[in-house]
Amino acid sequence: MKFIMPLKLALLGAAVACITSSQALADSANIAVAANFTEPAKEIAAAFKAKTGHEAVLSFGSSGQFFTQISQDAPFQVFLSADSARPKKLVEDGLAVKDSRFTYAVGKLVLWSKEPGLVKGEQTLKDGKFAKLSICNPVAAPYGAAAVEAMQTLRVYDELKPKFVEGANISQAFQFVQTGNAEIGFVALSQVINDKDGSRWMVPQNLYSPITQDAVLLKKGENDEAAKAFFEFLKGPESRAIIEKFGYEVPPAKAS
Amino acid sequence: MAGLPPDIWQPVRLTVELAAMTTLILLIVGTPIAWWLARSKAWWKEGVAAVVALPLVLPPTVLGFYLLVLLGPDGPGGALAGLWGGRTLAFTFEGLVIGSVVYSMPFVVQPIRNAFDAIGDRPLEVAATLRASPLKAFWTVAVPLARPGFLSGAVLGFAHTVGEFGIVLMIGGNIPGTTKVLSVAIYDYVETSQWREANILAAGMAAFAFVVILTMMMLEKRTARIKG
Amino acid sequence: MRDLANSINAQFRGQLGRFRLDAAFTVPATGITGLFGPSGCGKSTVLRCIAGLQQLPGSRFSIAGDTWQDESLFRKAHQRPIGYVFQEASLFQHLSVKGNLLYGAPRQPAGQSASQSIGFDEVLELLGLVPLLDRSPRHLSGGERQRVAIGRALLSQPKLLLMDEPLSALDRLTKDDILPFLERLHERLSLPVIYVSHDITEIERLADHLVLMRAGAVIASGPLTKLQSDPTLPLAASRDAAVNFDAIVQRYDSDYGLVTLQLEGAELLVPAPPVAAGERRRVRIAAGDVSLARQQPQQSTILNALPTRIVSATPLNASEMVVVLALGSGGDGARLLARVTRRSWDQLQLATGQQVIAQVKGVALAPGRGQTVRSVSRLPPA
Repeated sequence: MKFIMPLKLALLGAAVACITSSQALADSANIAVAANFTEPAKEIAAAFKAKTGHEAVLSFGSSGQFFTQISQDAPFQVFLSADSARPKKLVEDGLAVKDSRFTYAVGKLVLWSKEPGLVKGEQTLKDGKFAKLSICNPVAAPYGAAAVEAMQTLRVYDELKPKFVEGANISQAFQFVQTGNAEIGFVALSQVINDKDGSRWMVPQNLYSPITQDAVLLKKGENDEAAKAFFEFLKGPESRAIIEKFGYEVPPAKAS
Repeated sequence: MAGLPPDIWQPVRLTVELAAMTTLILLIVGTPIAWWLARSKAWWKEGVAAVVALPLVLPPTVLGFYLLVLLGPDGPGGALAGLWGGRTLAFTFEGLVIGSVVYSMPFVVQPIRNAFDAIGDRPLEVAATLRASPLKAFWTVAVPLARPGFLSGAVLGFAHTVGEFGIVLMIGGNIPGTTKVLSVAIYDYVETSQWREANILAAGMAAFAFVVILTMMMLEKRTARIKG
Repeated sequence: MRDLANSINAQFRGQLGRFRLDAAFTVPATGITGLFGPSGCGKSTVLRCIAGLQQLPGSRFSIAGDTWQDESLFRKAHQRPIGYVFQEASLFQHLSVKGNLLYGAPRQPAGQSASQSIGFDEVLELLGLVPLLDRSPRHLSGGERQRVAIGRALLSQPKLLLMDEPLSALDRLTKDDILPFLERLHERLSLPVIYVSHDITEIERLADHLVLMRAGAVIASGPLTKLQSDPTLPLAASRDAAVNFDAIVQRYDSDYGLVTLQLEGAELLVPAPPVAAGERRRVRIAAGDVSLARQQPQQSTILNALPTRIVSATPLNASEMVVVLALGSGGDGARLLARVTRRSWDQLQLATGQQVIAQVKGVALAPGRGQTVRSVSRLPPA
């Protein structure tokens, strides 16, 4: 049962996501992280702690869920969204620090199966020889929206819609495929970057709008040293290396 | 209700169907279990009782995880689904029923068992001395005397299935009309900032929960009066 | 051994926790057999074994030639034609009185002629249940509940009625209300009954036969009067030792309100309300109410001075002894008990085999079966 370990981690992520972090300690920051970014965020947090001594307390969930929670005064100081619209809205609403928004990663959508040879390319979608296709909630999660967009571009959306199973976030969409309950699914490249056994198709960028994942410094973190330090660390070279390692693109750093 | 999405009531209907089906199955499956737990002298019966009661304590994520694995193509659920050409019981109404039966089991079995326990040996002995076979005694004495327990069990089982969220979220796949039940729909509406819809459903759930709890309290009061 | 066809043969052996039961007895399959002994002696367990509610390996039971269990056979409780009345009425709370009564009644008493079966109306009349029929058991008094329980057991058409201390949960007055119903049952139905009690007064009023138990074992069994008057058994030695007779009413003297009763070897005069000749009445004569005289007293208020022969005398303690007497001038009638002081015994120079006059100071007469008279008549002390 080799899938148990990663599944456990994913579950843990899903479970933690439901909990709003407790009050921040003096030298720790509460970071809300879109579920697709779970693994790189952990590595970044570890590197951040090694370098600064500050603790980044990570919560994982869907961007939509965090957006709702933040607008309801959740105690997060930094938000790593899976899209750019929500961070933008938070700035507009005065919940995030003006001008803090930047793109920390551009996500890559992958059609993935744990069965070798099952995913061969866009033809796999057109043939539709599977019972269930896992995606994440297209309204709440950008990877879901990207998946829908890609299928619409390929004109397979209507045929495939009855086969959709929806995860509440990208972790769950991955879980469904990982446990074999859905044969294939649209997931984030970062989730399967280390997978050697399954089959995958990198969805070409021309089929969907770029998943620009933006981060914002929230109002609650405006005067918090640890939060600000993490936010800056995220822009730095150590973070870039980690993010790229997980299959994300990182746009060239803007002079800030 | 102008301006509401037309499918807002679909989760309600689905939830009622799921809860009704689950309750029916639990009454059928749970009654013999409750009877055995109440009557058996086996030393290991409390072990079985503990297993039945596990969902009271376990987080739904644990059950959801195991169900996802067991219902899937590599588990017995997949084998079962294979009988009618499916490959998994996850994302199906049947899968949700199985999950709900497991999850709500203690809420049905426990009150019925307590009711059977409360009857004691005597009425059944009396029935036996009046030539009633064990089966006749069960139907004509034990079941009528345990009626408050059956009522509590049915109400609690139904209500608990309606309120189930974690497991459905983990094994359901949020398919409208099949697995998108009320609690998941509310979650979905909140997630996607459709607060008005979320509000309607959530307020309905709150009212429902109130009615259930009120019913239970009145049932208990009545039972107390009967026994006292 | 008695004729198997007309007897109840019971043998129950086994270990129940720390309690060892080893009880065997044979009694006639007619009339009421009292199962008597102190609390915890195992009499209720015996009854549960007879009912098949408890199974002890290596036990046997048969009634009138019909075997209910032996080494290779065990009929379960619901397969035995019994009626069982528990200490608490244990009515079904979810059924009406009528529903309770009819629970065990066969749909149609198939294979039974009407005369053999116990009729619904008859039971209602016998136990006074008509006004209760539509009531819920919740709204009955303790005595009413127990009457319904008895009726319910009877209507299941049993071949043997088992009663486990049916009156012990009731207060004295209620008990006295129900006893006449039981006496009427005894008279009207030919149903054999095994009646468990630790209260000797119930046994004295109802039982024809007696099985005495102690510590899980049967210490004696036989006709009631015989066991009552056996000086080696604990009954005769007890403080309220007494003997009972079923006497026949000879005549009634309405001038003095006295009834003349015939019993084996003697006639008794007892004050009582009017009663018809020929009726059968149970009388009780307590050992403490009998004194002995060497001669017929010449002038005395005592009505009953009966010629008897001393059968045996057993010291009870330092001061008293219990004397067994045989009624009749020939000394071959029914047995009577007298408790006398050892001093009187020595002063009168009494000895076994002697003819003496038994002076009976009081005779308790059970109320007539049709009556609901609560008190028993008793002569004022001489």
